[in-house]
Amino acid sequence: MSESYKIIDHNYDVVVMGAGGAGLRATLGTVEAGLKTACITKVFPTRSHTVAAQGGIGASLGNMSEDHWQWHMYDTVKGSDWLGDQDAIEYMCRNAVPAVHELEHYGMPFSRTEDGKIYQRPFGGHTRDHGKAPVERACAAADRTGHAMLHTLYQQCLKHKAEFFVEYIALDLIMDKDGSCKGLVAWDLDTGELHRFNAKMVILASGGYGRAFFSCTSAHTCTGDGHGMVARAGLGLQDMEFVQFHPTGIYGSGCLITEGARGEGGYLTNSEGERFMERYAPTVKDLASRDVVSRGMAQEIRDGRGVGEHGEYIHLHLEHLGSEVLWERLPGITETAKIFAGVDATKEPIPVLPTVHYNMGGIPTNYKGEVLRPTAKDPNAIVPGLMAAGEAACVSVHGANRLGTNSLLDLVVFGRACGMHAAEVVDSKASFKELKTTDGDEAIARFDRLRWAKGSRPTADIRLEMQRVMQGNCGVFRTSEILKEGKDKLSETAKTLPDVGVSDRSLIWNSDLVETLELENLMTCAAATMNSAEARHESRGAHAHEDFPKRDDEVWMKHTIATVDTEKGYGVDLTYRPVNNFTLTDEVSYIEPKERVY
Amino acid sequence: MVEFNLPANSVVKEGKTFSAPADAKNVRAFKIYRFDPDSGDNPRTDTYDIDLDKCGPMVLDALIKIKNEIDATLTFRRSCREGICGSCAMNIDGRNTLACLKPIEDIKGEVKIYPLPHMPVVKDLVPDLSQPYAQLASIEPWLKADSPTPPDGERLQSREERAKLDGLWECILCFSCSTACPSYWWNSDRYLGPAVLLQAYRWLADSRDEYTGERLDALEDPFRLYRCHTIMNCTNTCPKGLNPALAITEIKKMIAERRA
Repeated sequence: MSESYKIIDHNYDVVVMGAGGAGLRATLGTVEAGLKTACITKVFPTRSHTVAAQGGIGASLGNMSEDHWQWHMYDTVKGSDWLGDQDAIEYMCRNAVPAVHELEHYGMPFSRTEDGKIYQRPFGGHTRDHGKAPVERACAAADRTGHAMLHTLYQQCLKHKAEFFVEYIALDLIMDKDGSCKGLVAWDLDTGELHRFNAKMVILASGGYGRAFFSCTSAHTCTGDGHGMVARAGLGLQDMEFVQFHPTGIYGSGCLITEGARGEGGYLTNSEGERFMERYAPTVKDLASRDVVSRGMAQEIRDGRGVGEHGEYIHLHLEHLGSEVLWERLPGITETAKIFAGVDATKEPIPVLPTVHYNMGGIPTNYKGEVLRPTAKDPNAIVPGLMAAGEAACVSVHGANRLGTNSLLDLVVFGRACGMHAAEVVDSKASFKELKTTDGDEAIARFDRLRWAKGSRPTADIRLEMQRVMQGNCGVFRTSEILKEGKDKLSETAKTLPDVGVSDRSLIWNSDLVETLELENLMTCAAATMNSAEARHESRGAHAHEDFPKRDDEVWMKHTIATVDTEKGYGVDLTYRPVNNFTLTDEVSYIEPKERVY
Repeated sequence: MVEFNLPANSVVKEGKTFSAPADAKNVRAFKIYRFDPDSGDNPRTDTYDIDLDKCGPMVLDALIKIKNEIDATLTFRRSCREGICGSCAMNIDGRNTLACLKPIEDIKGEVKIYPLPHMPVVKDLVPDLSQPYAQLASIEPWLKADSPTPPDGERLQSREERAKLDGLWECILCFSCSTACPSYWWNSDRYLGPAVLLQAYRWLADSRDEYTGERLDALEDPFRLYRCHTIMNCTNTCPKGLNPALAITEIKKMIAERRA
């Protein structure tokens, strides 16, 4: 079996998996530090999902009005519903300003103010002076900020002659007996060859898993590949129950309309034409954080005030802003509304619906990017040789709910942190651990098993069933009954995975097999999400549990760690680790939990 | 009279037909180019009859429906499905565009889908784009400036200066334009093509960049730049509504002006 595959071995100081914002920033850092780096990516770098981010990157530049990183930190902690680790949040918010300046110095085409500085717009949950009013904190390049950022980072990687392995599918980590990571196995779609990358450090920057749900803003490629690899290595996933619904996905297609649309003055109405967010968030209204707005919308629809023939959606109004503002500041979404909703946003409202958008949970790390393997004795124990950053990781800066603009910030700040930490701990002169001939055998066995899978259920069939269960049983509002049913249904679906059938047997660009490998990763994420959600008997951030409508800090101020048994039916074992209730420095003190009102 | 003979294996043959379910009322045929790199067989076109009543509105929706429900071996690139990643560029109904932004209803009759023209085909609708990627790297598409950056702030750029980048930086590198250009078809080894020249101009137009002279030196070449003959296929086909032909003209003007 595995003997028949041609396997090519490589030695690299650092292997980065993923070439989105976090992966490219990490790659840039390690290349600049003189480490021999391979960046492995399943799509050409500028096609990574970072490219789809729209509204902005959060940083308290204060270009439009007074702002401070401490205010940004307060908003992020409050947005996280106190589940975020405040040492990491402090690290992110204080590094936000230099991070954005660095991007500008790299050549990122930010929009500008009258005096030539970086343009900033208001965004949900970002406020002046601890919640008093919305503040302009989102540094924007029109409504294509992620595109501008991703291309800029790729350009810098080209400048530094970073080495890319494009359209390589990472299969699995290679773990050492001592529990450290020593590389990964990948499949080159173009030639069909398998590669073993021996590495002193692996950095996972593989993005989120939005495609575990039926309707999401995420790209088709957001399939939790890093999550799956980590789970198959026996490591845990953190806070997976926290899935962000973006308030304004286009009804039907799920394409994203940026929160920046509301930042620029857009607002939501129900079937009665009422600006209902005034009832749910009296101070900041439509600019409350995303979980709050999504719940408000879902509640209106449940109460029979949804718009449309079946009362299924909500209206987003931008027409009052005027076509000049729309075409200058929001050209991308004006176009998207036209194409995917058939709506001229300069004249009529856009039909929108809360849509799965972001995974707050992921691979647990500390603020340096080191992956954690929490034990009862040491909740902060690390996995030597393994780091993670970006949406794949859970640092945790977003806790139970991420603020808009903090994802692009997370990518560059923690991508950079990974680069710096790798530069510190990796010795480029040290010799490599030898790969044993059997290293990677399991990965190749899994690859071979799926390649020749002759079961009765096509990949797309199982995937659709999983997506429907996640959509129906793990949505904006959850109850014990719905979650229990979801757990059972998902378990039934997962049990059919051994019966998957693949039609394409080729090694060259076999996208049928790619999707099947991805399906196993998605199922891992789905199982962790559903089981973690079912167990959490409280409401916090994006996890709104109707049987337990209050946040319960006594019992639930803790991170979930889900270990998925990918060998047997995707059963999930849950443990917990404490939230870091301390800051990084003495310059700011721990923000005590209090009620979250916008 | 010169006679051209195509190599035998380049002839595209008729392939299989997959009929729609009997109860389908709104059927449309999708005729799709297939190439299997393993078999050594000639490329073929397979026809899939799709019930449009059970299909999303875009060509990409139909491709995904085929892959999910009819023929999982059909191979194409896709990712964002909203026109920003540039993965699903292909030739649809005779024009290069993004499958995710192309409404099926805009096409009359049979929907013909081919890979981007004149690129080596890896498999089905997946072309090998390493050449344009390498050409992109060759123009050094990053900010080049020797002036020190402000130690704790951004470089300033007026709104007017920044506006000069609009219509340039939004390029998604799908290469619909380059692969629609007859000059690029003939001379893709030496002509940079519209996508890469648009990127070249993006840096010439940036007030923060200080290497205009060097950049123009590198472009002033009968092939790299001047194989553009203003055919305008690039601008006509760009799925993002950008105007690479204008950008190329601006580069030519800059070179002409510095000579004068």
